[in-house]
Formats: sequence, structure tokens, C-alpha cells
Amino acid sequence: MADDLELRFERTVQAEARIEPRDWMPDGYRKTLIRQIAQHAHSEIIGMQPEGNWISRAPSLRRKAILLAKVQDEAGHGLYLYSATETLGADREDLTTKLIEGRQKYSSIFNYPTLTFADVGVIGWLVDGAAICNQVPLCRTSYGPYARAMIRICKEESFHQRQGYELLMTMMRGTQQQRDMVQDSVNRWWWPALMMFGPPDDESPNTAQSMAWRIKRDTNDELRQKFVNMSVPQAEALGVTFPDPELKWNEERGQYDFGTPDWDEFWQVVKGGGVCNAQRVAHRRKAHEDGAWVREAAVAHAAKQAVTKEGAA
Amino acid sequence: MSFDNAYESLLGHEDAHWAFGTGFSEALSGVDREFPAGVDREALAAYCLMLGDDALICSQRIAEWCSRAPELEEDIALANIALDLLGQARMLLTRAGEVLGKTEDELAYLRDEREFRNVHLAEIDCGPGPGGDFGTTIARLLVFSSWRLALFSRLRGSADPVLAAIAEKGLKELAYHRDHAAQWTVRLGDGTDESHRRMQAGLERVWPFVDELFATHEVEARLSGVAVDPASLRSEVDGVLAAVLDAAGLTRPADTKAARVAGMAGRDGVHTEVMGYLLAEMQHLHRSMPGAVW
Repeated sequence: MADDLELRFERTVQAEARIEPRDWMPDGYRKTLIRQIAQHAHSEIIGMQPEGNWISRAPSLRRKAILLAKVQDEAGHGLYLYSATETLGADREDLTTKLIEGRQKYSSIFNYPTLTFADVGVIGWLVDGAAICNQVPLCRTSYGPYARAMIRICKEESFHQRQGYELLMTMMRGTQQQRDMVQDSVNRWWWPALMMFGPPDDESPNTAQSMAWRIKRDTNDELRQKFVNMSVPQAEALGVTFPDPELKWNEERGQYDFGTPDWDEFWQVVKGGGVCNAQRVAHRRKAHEDGAWVREAAVAHAAKQAVTKEGAA
Repeated sequence: MSFDNAYESLLGHEDAHWAFGTGFSEALSGVDREFPAGVDREALAAYCLMLGDDALICSQRIAEWCSRAPELEEDIALANIALDLLGQARMLLTRAGEVLGKTEDELAYLRDEREFRNVHLAEIDCGPGPGGDFGTTIARLLVFSSWRLALFSRLRGSADPVLAAIAEKGLKELAYHRDHAAQWTVRLGDGTDESHRRMQAGLERVWPFVDELFATHEVEARLSGVAVDPASLRSEVDGVLAAVLDAAGLTRPADTKAARVAGMAGRDGVHTEVMGYLLAEMQHLHRSMPGAVW
């Protein structure tokens, strides 16, 4: 019986069809998905902070509106993704607890600080750009609710990326001080953006199983190369350079060669040593704890309403 | 869209792909921007600044909740409200700028504190800072949106076609803001002992700033047929607030009024001490890079 179910699951996945919430699935598949989707949801929620850092100081009302709308979209993405985990039997409150207790991770990029307004543009261009490269293949991932959430998220992320790039284009047409600000920001974000694809393939323990289950579609190194290939012409159009002396076109490979990210820094930040790790989690924890009385009140009110209705019926 | 190349559309210029909530000129397209004959333009500009600054400064405050709300749904709702008010502010400052020969950004970023004409209710810290909490924020929103909704409802009949159009557009937004605040007032008033206590404390905190909302300013008096006399809104707004507080089991605070300063208040550019800090934060980047384009 169990073998039949497993066989059917394997066939469904291999046929590129979707697994839906009520379908049988192996425990490992369910756990891997919950972990991956929750980590993605947490990234959206923690990601509100570095950009939210500039809402109050945005230098024009139009940019303030764009930024506020973007950070609002990130809350929306977090919501869709937590909902997707709930179709797998997870619980948002429980996942939030795991996040604020440091038991589940979020994208390490958000542990870097946003120091100038150019960072808002560079995050849109490079960080959202790298996220899209990671996420576009997930629109075809095997788990239906996740794939559908990713389609919507990727569309919105691509608006954000465009807005970020447009901000940088505008700044590059401005004063020398603005152009220097953009280049400085690119220098600070380029390597962390490359690290967003995760460790090199030979050090990525979960990749093979995730690819077999069609949860993951490309390896970290494949996606990283694709991102570099796409970003170089964008940088040229913008008039900025990437801080990598090894970056050059390789005619033979038909791809760009590039240097090695500082993986020691990557692991240091992943393990909690980044400039903002403690701050990001403490901020999320405070919001959650400060809001507890509000959530309790909403539940208590709903319960009283239900009793009143019952009494009236 | 193509899912294979995230960068494909980056260098293109098709505006349909821009995110919701960032444009505003379309909202008023086709509206006659000529000034009606006989209108006191200087007073019109001052009036647009009053209503525009109310929205801008209140939006700045509400946006402070971003990533700090009690629930993700509420983060989204508060951001939405802040965005609506920011949109209203942009249209109103733009209208003022048509008289004054300035852009919305020059008005938002280059005026000094004494030139801002918003009411104090918009600027006070109602949380997430030390000045309040979610209950105080809801109390402010309830009063502010009930008042502004009543105001915009009458402003639709303004002799200035631009103000009338801004009011028409803002009305739906403000009805949602008021509804959102009213629902939370009821939930918090009725929910637990703690939420009841905090909601009542929030009302007590904002109530001294209510009276200013209904004080007729000399600019409004000069703009008969163009501006709304806020004194005429009092009974309607009082009625709305009474109904919400009653449903929530909350008590209307005693009518204490914040004293004026040598007879002046927000509409005269005389603010509370928090205003300087709010503007310092909002304006510093724009001011520190003169000549920059954003």
C-alpha cells in the first residue's frame, strides 16, 4: 500500500505534474518543503527591515511611495508563503516562534546594513535580481501551492527590480556625489548578492535530493553563473563596475569568468556574526511580542461574537 | 511575462509594469486645473497645504509601523493607509505648488517647521514610538479619518475643481480607513481587560487634540465656497465617534483641550516639540544633497 503511494508520488513528480495538499507525500518531502518555504517566508518578513530603514527618509515623495509599496508587497509575499506552509500542516505562529528563537533561518543577505539611499536601488537591482533568478525556477516546482505563490511573487519581484534599477539610472544621471553613492553601494552588495545562491555545489548537502524531488531545479553554481551573465551588461548600461578583477568574458565558455566570493564571510554571517543578525531578529521579536495583546484581543472578541451569535440562534 | 530572463524588461519602458500605488497624476487626468474666477489664490495655496500637510505628516507617522505591526495583515493594512494619505498629500501639495510655483518635493522637503500647517493630531507620536501603542494609533486613526472623511465629503462640492476631484478620490480611501479603525476600536474595546484599558488610554491620549480639528482658521473663512468650514463638521463627527465608542464599550474622554500657543496652533505653523524631529528625519537626505535628482 505504502509502496503504491510512493510509486504514484514518484511518477507524478517525474512527469512534472503537481503534488497538491491532499496528495500523499513522503515525510522528507513535506519537511524539506516546510523548511524551504518557511525560510523563504521569513526572508520576506526580515527583508522588510533593511529597506524599511529608508521609508521615513526617502528623498522624494514618489520614492517614498514606491518604497512603502514595495515593503508592503514583501509583507504580502510573507503571508502567501506562510499560507503555503499551512497547506502542509505547519502553523504560522509556530514558524514565527522558530524564527525569533533563531531555530529557522532567513536569507543571510538581510544581515547586511542599508547605509545610503542608493542601497534601496541596489537591493532592488541585485538582491531582488538574484532572488528572482533563484525563484523563477520555483514557479515550476513540484508542490502546487508553492509554485502558484511563486508565480505571483516573481511577477511582483520583477516590478521591484525594475524600480530599483530605475532609481539607480536616475541617480547616475544626477550629481557626481550621487554617482559615487551608487558605485559605493554596488561595491558593498555585489559579493553578498553572489552569495545568495548558496555555497558551491560540492558543499551544498541538500541539493541532490531537492533536485530529484523537483523542489529545486538548478544547482547553486548554475544559477550564480546565470546571474553574473545577466548582470554584467546591466552594470555597463548603468555605468558602474563590479568589484571583481577576475570578471571577464570567456569566449570559449560563452560565459563570464568571475572570482570566488569570500565564503568565510558568508559562513560568519550565516552563523550570526553579520552586522545586523541580532538586530533583525530582535526587531522581529519585539514587533511580535508587542503585538501579542492585540492578537489576544482579536481572538477574545471573535470568541465573544461567536457566543452571542449562538445565543441568538 | 517570461520566466527565463528576469532582466528582460529592465531596459524597456512599458509603464504598465510599475507597482501599484506610486503614480498619482492619472487620478486627476481630465480635471480642469484653471483657478476658478475670483478665488483668493494665496488662501487656496495655504488651504491645500493645510490638508496636504495633515495627510503627509500623518502618513509619515503611520509608516513608522512598517515591519512593527501586531500581525502581517495589519502591517499591510497600515502601509496601505499610509500610502493612501501620501497620495492625497502629493495631489494637494502639487495643487498648492501650482499657485506658489513650487514642486511637491520642494514643499515637502524645503519648508521649515513654522511653514507646516498640519493639525497637531497628525504629528504626535501615537506609537510604535514611546508616545503610544497600537491602541493609541487606532484612536488617532479613528478620530483623524472620521474627521477627514466628513471634510472630504463636503469638499466634493468645492468651487475649485481640483480640490473637488481630490476629495472625490480620497473619499473611498478614507471610508476604508475609518472602517478599519472602527473595527479595531470595537475589537480592542471588547476583547480583553488589557486591550480595553489600552484602547481607553489611547482615546485619552488623543482627545486633547480633537478640538483643534474643528476650529475655523482665517484661511478657511476667506475661501467661502472653496474650503469647508470645519466647525460645521463637529456634530457629524461626534455622532460617528459616539456610535463607535458605544459599540466598543468605551467611554468618551472628558473634553479637555490642548491650549494654544499665544492663540496659535498647527494651522498657524505652531507645532509640538516632536515636529522638529519628525521633519529632521524626513527632510535630511533631500536637504543634504542639493541639486540631486531622485
